[in-house]
Amino acid sequence: MFDISALDLARVQFAFTVSFHIIFPAITIGLASYLVVLEGMWLKTGESVYKDLYHYWLKIFGVNFGMGVVSGLVMAYQFGTNWSGFSAFAGSVTGPLLTYEVLTAFFLEAGFLGVMMFGWSRVGRGLHFFSTLMVAIGTLISTTWILASNSWMQTPQGFEIADGVVIPTDWWQVIFNPSFPYRLVHMSIAAFLATALLVGAAGAWHLLRKNDTPAVRTMLSMAMWMLVVVAPVQAIVGDFHGLNTLKHQPAKIAAVEGHWENHGDEGVPLVLFGLPDMEQEKNHYALEIPHLGSLILTHSWNGQIPGLKEFAPADRPNATIIFWSFRVMVGLGMFMILLGLWSLWLRKQGRLYQQQLFLRCALWMGPTGIIAILAGWFTTEIGRQPWVVYGIMRTADAVSKHDISSLAVSLALFIVVYFFVFGIGIGYLFRLIRQPVIKADHPQEGGPGQSKQPMRPLSATDASFSLEAPLSNPKE
Amino acid sequence: MDFDLPVIWLIVILFAITMYVIMDGFDLGIGILFPFVKDKHDRDVMMNTVAPVWDGNETWLVLGGAGLMAAFPLAYAVVLSALYQPIILMLLGLIFRGVAFEFRFKAPEKEQHLWDKAFIGGSITTAFFQGVILGAYINGIPVEQNEFAGNALDWLTPFSFFTGLGVMIAYALLGSTWLIMKTDEHLQQRMLELTRPLVALVIVALAVISIWTPLAHEDIAERWFSLPNFYFLALVPILVAISIYSLMRELKSGYDMQPFISALIIVLLGLLGLAISIWPNIIPPSISIWDAAAPAQSQIFALVGTLLIVPVILVYTIWSYRVFKGKVRHGDGYH
Repeated sequence: MFDISALDLARVQFAFTVSFHIIFPAITIGLASYLVVLEGMWLKTGESVYKDLYHYWLKIFGVNFGMGVVSGLVMAYQFGTNWSGFSAFAGSVTGPLLTYEVLTAFFLEAGFLGVMMFGWSRVGRGLHFFSTLMVAIGTLISTTWILASNSWMQTPQGFEIADGVVIPTDWWQVIFNPSFPYRLVHMSIAAFLATALLVGAAGAWHLLRKNDTPAVRTMLSMAMWMLVVVAPVQAIVGDFHGLNTLKHQPAKIAAVEGHWENHGDEGVPLVLFGLPDMEQEKNHYALEIPHLGSLILTHSWNGQIPGLKEFAPADRPNATIIFWSFRVMVGLGMFMILLGLWSLWLRKQGRLYQQQLFLRCALWMGPTGIIAILAGWFTTEIGRQPWVVYGIMRTADAVSKHDISSLAVSLALFIVVYFFVFGIGIGYLFRLIRQPVIKADHPQEGGPGQSKQPMRPLSATDASFSLEAPLSNPKE
Repeated sequence: MDFDLPVIWLIVILFAITMYVIMDGFDLGIGILFPFVKDKHDRDVMMNTVAPVWDGNETWLVLGGAGLMAAFPLAYAVVLSALYQPIILMLLGLIFRGVAFEFRFKAPEKEQHLWDKAFIGGSITTAFFQGVILGAYINGIPVEQNEFAGNALDWLTPFSFFTGLGVMIAYALLGSTWLIMKTDEHLQQRMLELTRPLVALVIVALAVISIWTPLAHEDIAERWFSLPNFYFLALVPILVAISIYSLMRELKSGYDMQPFISALIIVLLGLLGLAISIWPNIIPPSISIWDAAAPAQSQIFALVGTLLIVPVILVYTIWSYRVFKGKVRHGDGYH
């Protein structure tokens, strides 16, 4: 029944490994900045609740960072094993950018991460805060390299092609390619949002368990403020990003909108729901709002955007998938804005920490930031198809020529090992989150050459972990 | 000035591989030696001898991969796709082992044996497939029109199977001599017992590979046995013989640190021998580092960052090892 090709399997494999990987760096980016805010607040106000929260989230940060490094190991090799055509053609651009990302990460581990995780009682307050700040900036620099590399594949420039190979001619142009600023801001904010939702869910969970302490309240409160401010900003940034995509990758937008063709000079409707059919070139069960598509995408009543039919069938991305992945992302974004507004209203009434339904919603919204990130990436990456480097190299030419059986076996192995290994890792993260926020009187000691050291961020916490009962409450 | 960028990058990548073998070889070896030590407390000590310097992220391996892509994209593409299966297995082994290493410390006592098994399995898989990758690489990779032109199972040969075992043995020797240095009393005694047969196995492995490789590859035989090359290159096996001899003496006379150093020298000389066999190719048997080099713009751009950051990582690493001097005993470190 499934007519699946080796190319499809290779794409599924990459999507699987990179989707697992991206969860951890996204939370790392968000938590690093959250820790800066917590430490800054502690230095400013001297209230111990910020210090306690800092040390509570620091351990979670360490485990999460460790998981990101382990899952990233595979990514460093997968471009070569699975996408040799791409690597041979464009490794001259992607390779150096990834090298800088790796170097940035190692620089952090060998320097500021150690002071941040183990130096609390060894260095002065100012230096410690500076280290936390540098780690946060470092995670954003890492993001910059990765997104420069990815954006270049979406909107390539600053290169020429000689002997069938990409030759970078202007690194500035390569890095600051047209979609890069939008993608960088959109992704960084997405990481902040996903982290805020996670922190908010942790606070809500403790409150629902009647574990009502000042630290828990602060956690929830800060997360909700973050949502109030950042969720709407993300919607605006997303809009700009969409307009940028319309300019450079109109086929992607046509697919996202399920927009097949223009009718005369009629405005473009917004297809709220429907099932785009790539074979029949139309949407089934479509529910449309007239002119809204024009308004959103061209900011005018009758403005038009190219329809999918204007592109040769071989050049169209799969609308069935990205029509929906886009709506999942936007829909969840709407819920985030609503949750923020709800929190504002409850705060005004003084019931933020008591309203059970709200707390339950905040808990269930916990993973939605991560889901939205994945949905967004699916939209932009599947929307780039059939190209791997947009307009320059087709994905079909990029893939290594492995047969289906060896791809299927390795995919199965990846699935088994990842669910086992990262399942345990995520279980352990949950376990840490379920621990009460305690007085941070004895911060972790450690450093290079000691049992607890920053090259092994997982060593920052001693909480035990049992395979039998992974979520049982730690006895401490 | 006229820099030969591909040569500089080859040195950087060889340096990364060498660092990887130095820093990860002994702790892979400890995983391989785990089955020979049954006592839980002894196993705790073995783990604690690497915890302070072990980087679960395999810094140098990742750097080597990314650097290869940046500097020699063609080699990265061809070699990695040709060795797809063993590379995936090696990476999965590494992941398994990394997580087992961390969670063993956190597991309740009755579950530790599960993590021990994961640690053993992960270490053996990683070491064996690194050896297989090495063997398949030496065997050569057919290339047509900048693509791998062989079959998915080309890597699976008696030679690569043998080099897989060879690397396992070499890592086990690094592990056992490391533990001689870092432990004392009965655990050290046990490692001394294990090291002697390991040395014998290493001698056999080196000898077999040194005979097998030139027999299978004329150009490699030509490299080593033609004159005047032979006069210079004969130094390598002579140095290996001297190192093995001194390792055996050191084992007898109760030195702590020297056996590890000698074992390291033996392993690195082995690597040097392979590099000599392959030079100046990056995709054996015929694509040279200049053929596979990225454009100068790419090599220069990536080199700047590498030369700035790698010294920082090195200083950090040296600092780690200096802090972590001396023996590890029961009850040290984790519980």
